[in-house]
Amino acid sequence: MTLLPSSPTPRKLGLVIDLDVCVGCHACVISCKEWNTGGYGAALSDQDPYGADVSGTFLNRIHTFEVLPEGGQVIGEAGEARIVHFPKSCLHCEDAPCVTVCPTGASYKRAEDGIVLVDESKCIGCGLCAWSCAYGAREMDLAAGVMKKCTLCVDRVYNETLKEVDRIPSCVRTCPANARHYGDLGDPGSDVSRMVAERGGYDLMPEQGTRPTNKYLPPRARKPLAASAGSAVLAENTDGAKGFFAWLDGMLDRI
Amino acid sequence: MHPAPSIILFTTLSGLGYGLAAVLGLGLLDASTLSVKIAHLAAPVMIAGGLLSSTLHLGNPQRAWRALSQWRSSWLSREGVMAILTFVPLMISAWFSVIEGRYLPAAGLIGTAMCGITVFCTAMIYASLRSLQAWNTGFTPLCYLLFAAAGGFLLAAVAGYSSGTGGTVCAAIAALFVVAAWIAKHQWWTRLRTLVPLSTPESATGLGNIGHVRLFERPHINDNYLTREMGFKVARKHALKLSKIAVIAGGAVPVLLLVVAMLSGVGAVTIVASVLAVGFYALGLVVERWLFFAEARHAVMNYYGG
Repeated sequence: MTLLPSSPTPRKLGLVIDLDVCVGCHACVISCKEWNTGGYGAALSDQDPYGADVSGTFLNRIHTFEVLPEGGQVIGEAGEARIVHFPKSCLHCEDAPCVTVCPTGASYKRAEDGIVLVDESKCIGCGLCAWSCAYGAREMDLAAGVMKKCTLCVDRVYNETLKEVDRIPSCVRTCPANARHYGDLGDPGSDVSRMVAERGGYDLMPEQGTRPTNKYLPPRARKPLAASAGSAVLAENTDGAKGFFAWLDGMLDRI
Repeated sequence: MHPAPSIILFTTLSGLGYGLAAVLGLGLLDASTLSVKIAHLAAPVMIAGGLLSSTLHLGNPQRAWRALSQWRSSWLSREGVMAILTFVPLMISAWFSVIEGRYLPAAGLIGTAMCGITVFCTAMIYASLRSLQAWNTGFTPLCYLLFAAAGGFLLAAVAGYSSGTGGTVCAAIAALFVVAAWIAKHQWWTRLRTLVPLSTPESATGLGNIGHVRLFERPHINDNYLTREMGFKVARKHALKLSKIAVIAGGAVPVLLLVVAMLSGVGAVTIVASVLAVGFYALGLVVERWLFFAEARHAVMNYYGG
């Protein structure tokens, strides 16, 4: 049934993504594709996989943005512009429009933990849920003709045949920089909730009224490169040298 | 948004079909005449043709029947349910016209109301999407309803002139609805072209408090489903030109032809003029529907530099 469960769900499973830490390596993209092409539902197909016009279904993609402060300049590494790598997958919204627009009941939000899923045996591939999602979290698989989306690795997180350490989403398990975190955002005492509270975690496009579960942690304020310049160009300056170096400095000045 | 030909054909064809069925339900024409009998059969055929073409863009059309189940939350499901239910009064009206040669007010008026509700549901599929700010307005269902009514009276004028009675009444009302529809559409376009975007790259990334956000690299070099489906930009370059073409073909020319028909009163001129009016109107409507999709900017494009 594509009515949303009574809000809030007892648990709100989701991700917290740290934009300060993500290095844009795309390892989560690959591990997501690998796990989910053999896991829940139809495989994630590629079209023209070895040709010039390759494309395919992905549930998690990394965008890269340049952010330029007011009046700032882009001068390579020395300018004020900064690069932010931006992983994006389904946000498992509380008011998920992709669920309510579904005409067949294929799209649903689980009442117990808030995970948004697609029952592929009911999906007619009309694409309306992808239209309704402002975040681009849903992609139609062109081979299977059904809608694919992040399952929050529902086939891992409850999977008792896996070691406990692996019972987290594939992208979180893989991230070499530890930029992705998984947990219950409905529990204020959980690690992810505390992280959100401490770092000022925020929603994407709150104006769309979707109330996303996933949160993003902002990049920390950056020290401008110019501020580090003093120590970086000490090569010409021997002020404050002591002991052997002071003697060597003096001797070399004399000869 | 990518303007899929199957959806453009569906909304145009079924809109004309529902419009014609709704006007026939008002009983303005003589139900015993051959041309009105043909109209009673043509309307359901146009509607069914539109519905069938809309299933062409489905990934798994064999499960389309499931789309009737979620009417409590989904406008698409409501449209499907209403489309099927509406066939009942339309078929009864058609039976009474074709077989018994008379108009049954109860079936006719119920059919008219249900046609209106179905077109409203179709429009609400689009108007309910917040991710598409261009469509997310009450003007969207208003335009769909007025265009359906205008098309219905235009087609009814053809049937009326062919049968010899009721043509001028339908032509006059058609002219009024054509003008009203394009005035509403003008308001829709004015709103679209002066929109302040609800979502921006800054709100989409949440990085606006640091500064101006610009896409540096896409996730992949090539297009994907999202950019193909929602990243269509060709129309925006020619949008103004195309909207003028739509207004002239779908508005000015049909009204002129209707005036010619009304002044002639009877005879072959009225039939030719009203048929031409329908043809031009349909052409204008296809351009309008193409722009409806092609001009709409989806919020996801904030992540793709579009």
